[in-house]
Amino acid sequence: MKSAREAADSPVQAEITLAVNGVKHRLTVDTRASLLDVLRERLGLTGTKKGCDHGQCGACTVLLAGRRANACLALAVAHDGADIVTVEGLADEAELSALQQAFIDEDAFQCGYCTPGQLCSATGMVREVASGWPSAVTADPAERPELTAAEIRERMSGNICRCGAYPNIVAAIAKAAG
Amino acid sequence: MRPFTYDRAATAEEAIRLHDGAETLYLGGGTNLVDLMRLGVARPARLIDVTHLSGDLVEDDGEGGLVIGAAVRNSDLAADDDVRRRFPVLAQAVVAGASGQIRNQATVAGNLLQRTRCSYFQNITKPCNKRRPGSGCPAVEGEHHNHAILGHSDACVATHPSDMAVALAALGASIEIRDGDGERSVPFDDLYRLPGDDPSRDSTLKPGDLITAVRVPALGMPSRYRKVRERASFAFALVSIAAALDVVDGTVRDCRLALGGVAHMPWRARRAEEHLRGRPATEESFRDAAQEELAAARPLRDNAYKVPLTTNLIVRTFSQLAEQP
Repeated sequence: MKSAREAADSPVQAEITLAVNGVKHRLTVDTRASLLDVLRERLGLTGTKKGCDHGQCGACTVLLAGRRANACLALAVAHDGADIVTVEGLADEAELSALQQAFIDEDAFQCGYCTPGQLCSATGMVREVASGWPSAVTADPAERPELTAAEIRERMSGNICRCGAYPNIVAAIAKAAG
Repeated sequence: MRPFTYDRAATAEEAIRLHDGAETLYLGGGTNLVDLMRLGVARPARLIDVTHLSGDLVEDDGEGGLVIGAAVRNSDLAADDDVRRRFPVLAQAVVAGASGQIRNQATVAGNLLQRTRCSYFQNITKPCNKRRPGSGCPAVEGEHHNHAILGHSDACVATHPSDMAVALAALGASIEIRDGDGERSVPFDDLYRLPGDDPSRDSTLKPGDLITAVRVPALGMPSRYRKVRERASFAFALVSIAAALDVVDGTVRDCRLALGGVAHMPWRARRAEEHLRGRPATEESFRDAAQEELAAARPLRDNAYKVPLTTNLIVRTFSQLAEQP
């Protein structure tokens, strides 16, 4: 690596390894590259979407070491060695995950741009509830939460749907998790 | 974004050794820093990743308190059983902030050191004394409906955005800091500073100082966090409060109060606390205590609503705590 002063003038490269949907990739990346840009531009996994690129819309949500995260705010170089699941990795071979099937059954999208992020976020969120994590609408933070509609809405607030498919997204998640 | 070198430190000593001055920044979850780099607000030449140090546990201190590692993710802090049972105000504050994704990424130390969300600070085409000292503060006369009412200056009217830090202020936490000379412990009140004529510095830390842990002493009374915002979720506070109340035979034996969204730092309301101790636990006392604290408020043109809002929030939250078994 170059010294800090040299870096101010020219890009810095780093070698990293990412395990994405079970496949290992060895890559040389610019230290400035986000995980989102590496997934889309380098690995061709365009299911993960770029919405705001500021962590506000959730379209870029992936599962990072099993937890939902905004890929736009993650520097790829900081996740050397990480295990990542994108929307392309949610289905089990030919069979859709219960959440994916529920999104279709409940008509939980219109344009579909936010859907990969919604699916990855909901997948991680259901695990968080199963682990007993509280949310801002859990009446007593010491108690185990239940996956009510209010809990789903609060916990999914990091995913924006500009078509406004929210009622059906809530129904789909409730159906798949119930 | 300016190019930068990246190093992943394995130990606190290594992180401090690698830090070589003002152009170097420590990287936590990156949820604020990466965004600020993309916006051109932060321009480090070097990042040192401090998320792989050993401080990723919440531990009992053996005296009823907690030692929270600097790299603990926000979601792990809120999910910790001891935090939820003994310090509900802290768990509630953490889940009141950001989104599920961001809480999974953000660290405790990063949460403490996040920068203000003042729109002028985040927009490099605008003047801002915090970003470019001496360039001016357009918020004083401009868009400031969500800015400070306490402790601000003509140079800066920004607020500190953290929810978690408001709870830690009320809890009287202390911050463990390490530098090349060793380790020191700083009371929470001394971590942050008011803007005065140098808003460029949010905290009293010097370059290279590394937060390693947050210590929370035993509380032993009911506590609660409440946040008022412009939408139901995933929004910064207009006003928030962290409160704890110990009532014996109808009299306030002890209390804690800190305010968010009102100042350049989490605002420990010591005047209100002092006023309340020894008084009857009534709505009247709570209102008097709130007014005692807010007598110093100097609202801007468009944020005078924060004074009654804060007052009502204090009265309501203490009243609920007084009724809590």
